[in-house]
Amino acid sequence: MRFLRHIGTYMMMLLGVFKRPTKAIVLKELILKEIDDLVIGSIGITAFISLFMGAVVALQTALNLDNPLIPKSLIGFATRQSIILEFAPTFISVIMAGKVGSYITSSIGTMRVTEQIDALEVMGINPLNYLIFPKIVALAFYPFLIAIIMFIGIFGGFLASVYGNLVSLEEFVVGLQDTFIPWHVAYAFIKTIVFGFLLATIPSYHGYYMKGGALEVGKASTTSFVWTCVSIIIANYLLTQLLLT
Amino acid sequence: MIEVKGLKKGFNGEEILKGIDATFLKGKTNMIIGASGSGKSVFLKNMLGLFEPDAGEIIYDGERLGEMEIERKSDLRKEMGMLFQHSALFDSMTVEENVMFPLRMFTKMKKNERQERANEILERVNLPGLNKKMPSEISGGQQKRVALARAVVNYPRYLFCDEPNSGLDPKTATIIDNLIQEITHERDITTVIISHDMNSVMEIGETIVFLKDGLIAWEGTNKEIFKTDNKAVTDFVYSSELFKKVRIAQNEGL
Repeated sequence: MRFLRHIGTYMMMLLGVFKRPTKAIVLKELILKEIDDLVIGSIGITAFISLFMGAVVALQTALNLDNPLIPKSLIGFATRQSIILEFAPTFISVIMAGKVGSYITSSIGTMRVTEQIDALEVMGINPLNYLIFPKIVALAFYPFLIAIIMFIGIFGGFLASVYGNLVSLEEFVVGLQDTFIPWHVAYAFIKTIVFGFLLATIPSYHGYYMKGGALEVGKASTTSFVWTCVSIIIANYLLTQLLLT
Repeated sequence: MIEVKGLKKGFNGEEILKGIDATFLKGKTNMIIGASGSGKSVFLKNMLGLFEPDAGEIIYDGERLGEMEIERKSDLRKEMGMLFQHSALFDSMTVEENVMFPLRMFTKMKKNERQERANEILERVNLPGLNKKMPSEISGGQQKRVALARAVVNYPRYLFCDEPNSGLDPKTATIIDNLIQEITHERDITTVIISHDMNSVMEIGETIVFLKDGLIAWEGTNKEIFKTDNKAVTDFVYSSELFKKVRIAQNEGL
């Protein structure tokens, strides 16, 4: 029952987000600020992780290639496929649930605790639209971040395998180009758009509807991280089933 | 004018407000007083529409709050100013941005006009020169004054203050009280103040509602409150040693 109530309240929240919009010029500024905080501000850490993850994927593939009949170009192929299909969209989204999700929950939760949300409401502003809508729009730009991550991840694989003398540059490039299916990139971006929406709305829900004081803000951030991850993993399975099979 | 008729509100089966009837007059500083847990904040939140009453109605200048469409309610709220107990300043904005916020949201004023108005109000609350500070960089008393500036910057028709003096030194408390009263008279605002502070009640309580156990136990003015024999009121007022001594002195004709 409690779970259903949460789902219902989440849906009501989503409806409320698109009602009684905030003044356009204010909204524009809020969106730009959120793009800076949520997307541009995440480039550093995600790029660092993807560079090394790409390198590890390439290394692991190379170290497990015992059969001389399997071409070395498979290293490039495996790096590309794992980065584009799963690592960049899904793994990075789980990391973003920790980085961006916790930030969203704690910032909105603190506003709730300190009556800033009540202040917005008393002024006749729709707090849902004012606080959550800019985050949803900002995270609609999340695929751009993931595109950068894909490039950096593959570049990491290239560095580790070519400069680690595991494969020649030519073989790696052959592997990268081997049986390339553009739909896989589209599939990754579709997933990213869905994950971006989940990253914006689930942490916002946990922050907006939290009750209590400072301690509860911390608890809400943890709960929000768990539920965002769970939702991303389930959505990942459903979208893969829907789009690739 | 704000009229409250038969207002009831409860949580989890416990009735907090048990049928309140009150009238808050235009151009007056109307005070709601009472001990902690008497339902003052719940009363205020019902008036603001932050809580939905279980029964009864709240009428703003003839318009029933409960019957208003959401858009009308939103428009009405643009005519309200609220000073929260803990200031509720937006911590991502500077002092100036906080004060200009209602002007930015609801007027077509240009930036320099907004800044001019904000400076004017900040000077009135005795806070010039703090425009670029963040709320975390100023004291609690200064935050309260910024919050008051934000509440009155667009000259609201209704002003609500939740414990405007809590945590303030007596001098600043008097400045805040006088400012609230001045603005109320100047702009003919309907002001509703929740307070524990008997000094404020004495200074600016033009009409007073005393709340006890979710009901109105007494109504009157700041002149009448010290003459009443209502036990609930006398217990509350003379719980302070200072006022006890004042009463003894009055009785002894000093």
